Amino acid sequence: MPRTIVTANRLRDGEVVYLAPGGRWAERLVEAEAAESEPDLARLLATAEQAVRALLVVGPYEMPVERAEGELRPLSQRERIRALGPTVRADLGKQAYQAAVRRSVADVPV
Amino acid sequence: MYRYDELDRTLVGERVEQFRDQVARRLTGELSEDEFRPLRLMNGLYLQLHAYMLRVAIPYGTLSARQMRMLAHVARRYDKGYGHFTTRQNIQFNWPRLEDVPDILAELASVDMHAIQTSGNSIRNVTADPYAGVAADEIEDPRITAEIIRQWSTLHPEFSFLPRKFKIAVTGAPHDRAAVRVHDIGLRMRRNGEGEVGFEVIVGGGQGRTPIIGPTICEFLPKRHLLSYIEAILRVYNQLGRRDNLFKARIKILVQSVGAALFAEMVEEEWQHLRDGACELPVEEVARIEAHFASPPYEALDPHPPAFAARRLGDREFGRWCRTNLAAHKRPGYAIVNISLKPVGGVPGDATAEQMEAIADLAERFGFGEIRVTHAQNLVLPDVRLGDVYAVWQGLGDAGLATANIGLVTDIIACPGLDYCNLANARSIPVAQRISQRFAEIERQYEIGELKIKISGCINACGHHHVGHIGILGVDKKGEEFYQITLGGSGDENAALGDIVGPAFSYDAVVDAVETIIATYLAVRREGEPFLATYRRVGLAPFKERLYGAH
Repeated sequence: MPRTIVTANRLRDGEVVYLAPGGRWAERLVEAEAAESEPDLARLLATAEQAVRALLVVGPYEMPVERAEGELRPLSQRERIRALGPTVRADLGKQAYQAAVRRSVADVPV
Repeated sequence: MYRYDELDRTLVGERVEQFRDQVARRLTGELSEDEFRPLRLMNGLYLQLHAYMLRVAIPYGTLSARQMRMLAHVARRYDKGYGHFTTRQNIQFNWPRLEDVPDILAELASVDMHAIQTSGNSIRNVTADPYAGVAADEIEDPRITAEIIRQWSTLHPEFSFLPRKFKIAVTGAPHDRAAVRVHDIGLRMRRNGEGEVGFEVIVGGGQGRTPIIGPTICEFLPKRHLLSYIEAILRVYNQLGRRDNLFKARIKILVQSVGAALFAEMVEEEWQHLRDGACELPVEEVARIEAHFASPPYEALDPHPPAFAARRLGDREFGRWCRTNLAAHKRPGYAIVNISLKPVGGVPGDATAEQMEAIADLAERFGFGEIRVTHAQNLVLPDVRLGDVYAVWQGLGDAGLATANIGLVTDIIACPGLDYCNLANARSIPVAQRISQRFAEIERQYEIGELKIKISGCINACGHHHVGHIGILGVDKKGEEFYQITLGGSGDENAALGDIVGPAFSYDAVVDAVETIIATYLAVRREGEPFLATYRRVGLAPFKERLYGAH
């Protein structure tokens, strides 16, 4: 199966978050825990459902990623923009304060 | 403009407190997301690509300076310092926190604003001609009609769970600036043989995945029957509109499936039960609402103030701006001032909190404190003395708002697209930015003349691409952004849907394609012939040839 991570929005403020090791929800995609087998993914999704019940996040879903230059990167344009912020406003979204994320999605044409 | 009475104020205040309670119950887990979603949507709150998004209603696009200042305050205090004016004459805030939204709604309620019916399967915010009440070509002020419909439709229990959303637009002028033929109901004021004013009623127009130019089902509806007749339309739709298929649920599908003539008969039959009943408009109530829209205290002014003419001639930049951004006012000596929210390379429809405040100041100093939002994502100061226009222009310039391009190639409509929207397949805004940069040179824009480019990032068509002279639709092709181009659409009184020119273009190629289309137009047009007229004369062939001929 393709390398897969779980993402959602934080309930209180809507921030895009990624499920990281230890059941933590990280704001940076690069910190996400990637599942490489069906059982691993099932465990991540179960953790995410618990987080929904614990009122931490809403609408969790799985998304494929790739590993390049040692970092996880989203595959779709939608998820690249979601991980970074609007391509038309470099001062908004995660890109505004996360140089690491910017490197991970440097191929987004602006 | 309309001011809330106690009833309006109580209703909006109660709704704020209800929503505060609902948010609190969501945050404590008493409500699940499935339970909460319909409640938040009834209050204009979406969960978008990056965050929550709050859509605030601007009834028929009319704002006071005080309300505009409140929008600026919300942008600054609760969001990221800006707002996005939409093609539905509303405003969207892209980054509110769920836990702040009850406070935002309470602040909005303090200036008679809310987010009710900006989402969900209800009768949405009624839209109207942004020049309402001041246009030189107007029969009657459509805001009165729009306000009556707003009051009737607000929390209407029978129509709170329609098969799908429902959009009504009103124009009081023969030149349609409200796109009434692409709404669920379009109302167009006209006079009958006796000179009485009534409505042509258009039903079942729309854009989206099934674009349709709405047919007329009633040539002349006397004004007093407005609500009973609309109620009859809604009843037929509520009963027969499809609820089994989201994509076939709009009234346009029903009207198409039974045919406009039969649909009109069904409405007529239903109307016989309703006419002259509780929905007939009482004369006193209409008069009460009309009084809210009485003209401001206009002065008797020189229709051609020499100082204005001298400025126009003497200051080239000002002269250019006047050429595109002023429209004819019904009163001599006044002008309608259009404020472009389309700076070259900017985001169409975005305004910063500082810009909103600057506009509020100018509206108060020079325009009776009133502002309009247009469906083209621009703003309007409806009542400016010609003698003050220069000062307004200077004030706009100080705020970065003096772009002289209304109606030109760089005055582009673009939906938020994949940069913000959960539904989008492709980005819209950067395509608009690149086109506006390509055609930035003002003499070149004049040379091209009137040209409406409209861009949507998905088939839902919030960017009105179907009615663009050049329409651009973003599509996803195996994970890559592509753009399908249509030509010859129009949203005005000669409404038409654009024709697809051929295979879609990549993100990198789409701006070149637009340039090729415009070059083709310039080559084949006749003297003084606008783009749309040329297209209607020559059709797709020359454009296709230039775009694809070499392949």
